[in-house]
Amino acid sequence: MRRSYVRVLGAAAIAVAMVGAAGCQDSGGGDSTASGDCGGKIAIFGAFTGDNAGLVLPSLNGAKLAVKQHNEKNPDCKVTLQEFDTQGDPAVATPFANQIAGDNSFLGVIGGHFSGESDATMPIYQAAGLAMVSPSATRTDLTQKGNTSFFRVVGHDGTQAGAVATYLKSQNAAKVFLIDDGSAYGAGITAELGKNLGATLAGTDKIQEKQSQFDATVSKIKSAQADFVFYGGYTREAAPLVKQMRAAGVQAKFVGPDGLYDPAFPQGASGGAEGAIITCPCLPADKAGGTFSADYQKEYGQAPGSYGAEGFDGAQIYLDAFKDGKKTRADILAYVKSYDKQGVSKYIKFDDKGDVDPSKVVIWAYQIKGTEISALQELKLS
Amino acid sequence: MNFDELFGHLGQHTVDGLSKGAIYALIALGYTLVYGVLRLINFAHSEVFMVGTFAVLGVWTALGVENNPPIGQAVLFLVIGLVVAALASGGTALAIERIAYRPLRRKNAPPLIFLITAIGLSLVLVEVFGLLLPDVAGGALPSMFGRARQIVGMPTILKQETLFEIGGTQITNIQLIVFVCAVVMMALLDWFINRTRYGRGVRAVAQNPETAALMGVNQERVIMLIFVLGGIMAGAAALLWSMRFGFTQNSIGFVLGLKAFTAAVLGGIGNLRGALVGGLFLGIVEVYGATLLSSQWEDVIAFVVLVVVLMFRPTGLLGESLGRARA
Repeated sequence: MRRSYVRVLGAAAIAVAMVGAAGCQDSGGGDSTASGDCGGKIAIFGAFTGDNAGLVLPSLNGAKLAVKQHNEKNPDCKVTLQEFDTQGDPAVATPFANQIAGDNSFLGVIGGHFSGESDATMPIYQAAGLAMVSPSATRTDLTQKGNTSFFRVVGHDGTQAGAVATYLKSQNAAKVFLIDDGSAYGAGITAELGKNLGATLAGTDKIQEKQSQFDATVSKIKSAQADFVFYGGYTREAAPLVKQMRAAGVQAKFVGPDGLYDPAFPQGASGGAEGAIITCPCLPADKAGGTFSADYQKEYGQAPGSYGAEGFDGAQIYLDAFKDGKKTRADILAYVKSYDKQGVSKYIKFDDKGDVDPSKVVIWAYQIKGTEISALQELKLS
Repeated sequence: MNFDELFGHLGQHTVDGLSKGAIYALIALGYTLVYGVLRLINFAHSEVFMVGTFAVLGVWTALGVENNPPIGQAVLFLVIGLVVAALASGGTALAIERIAYRPLRRKNAPPLIFLITAIGLSLVLVEVFGLLLPDVAGGALPSMFGRARQIVGMPTILKQETLFEIGGTQITNIQLIVFVCAVVMMALLDWFINRTRYGRGVRAVAQNPETAALMGVNQERVIMLIFVLGGIMAGAAALLWSMRFGFTQNSIGFVLGLKAFTAAVLGGIGNLRGALVGGLFLGIVEVYGATLLSSQWEDVIAFVVLVVVLMFRPTGLLGESLGRARA
């Protein structure tokens, strides 16, 4: 009898501990609730931990910074930012989306950070009348499916793929080998690039997420005698892939899109990624407007990496809406739709599909040097 | 279907497959040993391997290993790595046995309870290494354990070089080391189980635990022994993995563990030599499949082959049982 008491108590204690832990995890963005009638609550979701978190964390930090600055300037009008860590997985993002949509205190959403999770959750937010502003989901067709509540402060992959093709041409690439990871984002951008390559396309291969051993792919690159390898995907697979290519003596130049803009890429490849080129529709830190770069440096002790400025802009749109006295999801959605202002990353005004003006989009090439990702040059769009 | 590429470089793809399969085989030994004696599938074994890779990463970082050290140092680092990984993996396997399985065995828990415990333990270890370790160790040894759940690179200990070439098939130093090490470890284990007094105890318990106990075999000691042996093999696999691929992650064990378990079943689970045959066979099939179609299809092809093999040989290529086959 006594023993079963102990067991019940033990089980209860574990349950309490777990609920407590879960509670702690969710309250990340600050625990003061919205006060007064001018503040509000927004949600931000993305891969804050996981395989490719290094790409997304600067954006989260940028958004947090914007909210913090707002709350300092307007102490009686506090805005709350709540984090939802999806690990970049659409299957994790979907229940969060239902939770956010069902909680009427949320007035806007920043995210998703990846194309797959954005695609999966768009219908849920649309049905709830919630605006989504994405700092970094770049798959082209996200804005072409008739969704009316999705916006992004970043150029799409069609533009980026065009810029990559132009860059490859300017480098006199003769044989380009394309690899993608089959994800919504990786397969999308690689297909767009493939259309632009023409006769210089020397071969293709598809790998899968979480793959670690790339013997077959490396053999194909060798057989194709490629001088450039483009990998559409994220860091988790790119780092071992480039390392194994180099170990096998493949000299081809390695080019990847913004999915590889993550300090874990050069670190995980431990030297193998040296000289690799990363293209990104994100601004180099020192090119961002206002005092953003200096503020970020001061707050976090490091330069904003990928999408720091875009995350800041995403949050700023909602903060401006609150400042303007918008208090309902419908008002805020309408406000975002008609937003027309200079942001720190670019001039922000959405077209009827939710994209920013293509002429305001800039694509930069970055190069891996040691464990640093440093800006190389701005790319021509076509 | 890219037949030209496959048959044009068939030798090369076979060599690649063998060195890929050798690592599967070493991990598969852990599954097969435990299954052979306890009829238990220890799904936490993939995390025993993962802990081994982190142990290698830890000791190499602590020693300040740089890329491509001189050969004398490289050998030293590899030996130290092997010892540390074997200790860490063997210790983890033993701890899992003592903390999780032994209390269940005492209570005669049904097999399902063991299975769910194994899966639960595996998840706990993955998340502890993914979330806790970067926070705890990140401060003391910066850049060592990366950020939460992200991959971490390790220094390249041995530069990959082509040792010799036979008819267009290049064999690299690393491939040779991985393959030879795996076969030697496997042969040692086979000898240990079949030729020593301790091994006889293991076979006795595998055949008939009650009778073995009556004959004076200490069953608990045998069980501890097989967990430690499986852990040491996983530690060796972890070192070979670190040397060949040079990165790790908290979730690295999941796919590898699944493949190794497949290899064990393919060769005949409970059969040590079967684990080696199954691992090598699986490695070759995967590389052939990835070459023929694309790497995306390699798992599909591997599992189709598994199903087909099991249709004709339900107990795997070499048949089941640790004790019976060569008692």
